[in-house]
Amino acid sequence: MQKLMTWIDERFPLTKVWKEHLAEYYAPRNFNFWYYFGSLALLVLVLQIVTGIFLTMHYKPDTDLAFASVEYIMRDVEWGWLIRYMHSTGASFFFVVVYLHMFRGLLYGSYRGPRELIWLIGMVIFVALMAEAFMGYLLPWGNMSYWGAQVIISLFDAIPLVGPALSEWIRGDFVVTDATLNRFFAFHVIAIPLILVALVFVHIVALHKVGSNNPDGVEIKKKKGPDGIPLDGIPFHPYYTVKDIVGVTVFLMLFAAVIFFAPELWGWFLEPDNFTPANILQTPQEIVPLWYFTPFYSILRANVYNFLWIDAKIWGVIFMGLSIVVFFLLPWLDRSPVKSIRYRGGMYKTALAIFVVSFIILGYLGTKSPEIISLFWFKNVYWVQAFTVLYFAFFFLMPIYTKLDKTKPVPERVTWK
Amino acid sequence: MKKLLILLVMLGLPAGAFAAGGHKSCGAVDCDPVKIDLGDEASLQRGARIFVNYCLSCHSAGYMRYNRMGKDLGISEELVKENLLFAADKVGDLMKAVMPKDDARHWFGVAPPDLSLIARSRKPAWVYTYMRSFYRDNRSPSGWNNTVFPHVAMPHVLYEWQGDQRAIFKKDEHGAEVFERLEIERVGSMDPQEYDRAMRDLTNFLVYLGEPAKLVRYEIGIYVLIFLAVFLVFAYLLKKEYWKDIH
Amino acid sequence: MSEEGVNPRRRRLLAITSGLGVVGTAFALTPFVLSMMPSARAKASGAPVEVDISKLESGQLLTIEWRGKPVWILRRTPEMLKSLAAVEKLLADPGSAVTDQQPEYAKNDARSIKPEILVLVGICTHLGCSPDKRLEAGVASGLGDDWKGGFFCPCHGSKFDLAGRVYKNVPAPTNLPVPPHAYLSETRIIIGADQKGAA
Repeated sequence: MQKLMTWIDERFPLTKVWKEHLAEYYAPRNFNFWYYFGSLALLVLVLQIVTGIFLTMHYKPDTDLAFASVEYIMRDVEWGWLIRYMHSTGASFFFVVVYLHMFRGLLYGSYRGPRELIWLIGMVIFVALMAEAFMGYLLPWGNMSYWGAQVIISLFDAIPLVGPALSEWIRGDFVVTDATLNRFFAFHVIAIPLILVALVFVHIVALHKVGSNNPDGVEIKKKKGPDGIPLDGIPFHPYYTVKDIVGVTVFLMLFAAVIFFAPELWGWFLEPDNFTPANILQTPQEIVPLWYFTPFYSILRANVYNFLWIDAKIWGVIFMGLSIVVFFLLPWLDRSPVKSIRYRGGMYKTALAIFVVSFIILGYLGTKSPEIISLFWFKNVYWVQAFTVLYFAFFFLMPIYTKLDKTKPVPERVTWK
Repeated sequence: MKKLLILLVMLGLPAGAFAAGGHKSCGAVDCDPVKIDLGDEASLQRGARIFVNYCLSCHSAGYMRYNRMGKDLGISEELVKENLLFAADKVGDLMKAVMPKDDARHWFGVAPPDLSLIARSRKPAWVYTYMRSFYRDNRSPSGWNNTVFPHVAMPHVLYEWQGDQRAIFKKDEHGAEVFERLEIERVGSMDPQEYDRAMRDLTNFLVYLGEPAKLVRYEIGIYVLIFLAVFLVFAYLLKKEYWKDIH
Repeated sequence: MSEEGVNPRRRRLLAITSGLGVVGTAFALTPFVLSMMPSARAKASGAPVEVDISKLESGQLLTIEWRGKPVWILRRTPEMLKSLAAVEKLLADPGSAVTDQQPEYAKNDARSIKPEILVLVGICTHLGCSPDKRLEAGVASGLGDDWKGGFFCPCHGSKFDLAGRVYKNVPAPTNLPVPPHAYLSETRIIIGADQKGAA
């Protein structure tokens, strides 16, 4: 065995990589619950790719055959139903994990220098993931698949001058048709997965160059022992590999619970309208994207005012785009001397709480018609506008309240454990 | 952290009080609840028989194969061939409707939809209520209407069982006609409880038809969760053992 | 730093957890592997085919499809049956010694259950072309006047007799396969299933 390893090491940096990135990669010893979600995101990516490959063996990307091929998988293919549910549940769980992973960044200032690039790469991964999910949802060719795609692609019409031509180019046709389905299949199955894998690789390389942050926001590389190893660092392998296995197991239990007992999750993961084939003559009662897009969908619909000779619809698109772009700016909006929420003052904590509540409520209202009243006498659209303002306030006011905030002194060494 | 939780709870309360908005779940009425039990094999078999004898002439169940249905519902291939195989040649065939689609569209104005997934796109309670809510309406081309699906093109196929119903309307405070209730006008071969039981069997069958895997996935899920729970115990002990080094 | 593999409790836990992990992974991979087996649709289209031979006249050959392959059903004339013995010295496997090419009940001189009805899979055992039918004896079949009747593969010239047995010195190595089949009645054959059940 030793001779084999030597032979390989002379030709490939196997032991070097093993040491640098696992056995001698020193991570802070105080990782908590919020630090499970990176490895879980990687797990879900692998799951989606594997289940995706097996689905592609039976799925047919043709408008006449697609819907039937999904039912073929559900009924005629041995264990096809399980693979399908793993993939549909995996998609939703991917966003749960990624949102929690991003939230960890907000809690502990993981986006702050020198980790800005990791954060930016992560945001690009998030955008790619949204594109991947959007294109994947067209593939079953259900009625919600069709109308959801139709509505969202026609948003590109709003772009001045090039809009309609751009939409046509994306669709490959005048409305969403077989041409669109086939190209979304190509993107969803090959193009974006390759991009995602490359981006995740780069994301981890960037992380390992700088080293992980931790719940105290303390830079562990500042205090090293005589052997050059950070005093608060522990080798990722075996300590975090063995801890992450526990995290993976708990995750798999939740995953299995949904797949085997409630794969539709009462309409949140699999929408009832999507069990009817796409019908170009009949729109569903409510066109609603899946839950993970709803906060952004709310912001899109929030603007109903024409303003400054720009159409309300275009403002909606602008604000929706801005709601994602603003995340990219985070490393530079945050002017606090401290990284972790543990040492920040009441202003930031309140701002973050308001942001989280806004995000969740925007998400919920994204599933409801803007015209009806869901809460306290005002029509939904007014509530959405209010929470959209709060959403953006978290970011745009950040340079002010992070500067003014009363912070606590940050310790030299990590706390607890 | 505490402030975050308090804020979350405060806004969670009204969020929990969100109302649905005015419309009812089954057209003009609320859906009647139905007890689905996919473990009741006899009910599923009765439902299958109703479906094949009364529905399959117009409605396909185009994603289900006869032999799969037989195997899942405990009906031998011989019995399937004798009692259920009118619309196809082989037991491995898909359950397609007898009526040609174009003719159906010509006669009814719309092609009768495939019912394989009807219990998933509508709720089971919807299907159950729909099958019991047909009433006589001389203004409609088929002579029938339905409170759950107004102006549906489908006639009341099972009127000989249920009998004829008529809809009673009353005027509300604005003077508009509002649906009040359905009343049996002419009695059929089954009394209301019998008919309800038959429709429950049919709905039960349609839930199975929508997702045959439902018969097995709960049991498999339990085994998976038990295995993962056992694994979790050992994974956790292993983690604790290694992390002794750190603490 | 931890000591090198000394702790027995650690080693035991590692062993148990790894063992469970391997078992779990095997269970998890199984549905994926099984999903590649023929689906219900494949099995349905590959299902046994019932054939009505009541209208099949003497000397007539009927072709049906089973599992994507042509299957020939030939009602042999008495002359055709008599010719089988005459060609035996020209054949590579006259006694059907290669058992893969026919079920037990077709391992006889006529390679059939009932002598007159021959059932063959019409795919040449060389490289898979479908042979031409040259049933007529003599010059009418274009293979010289010594030809006793049978099948001729146009791709590489392999020849088979009226029981599907392969001639010597031709590219094809074995006799034409006889599919599993059974008689449901005097006039109905089922191709693709026999006493043992569906193939």
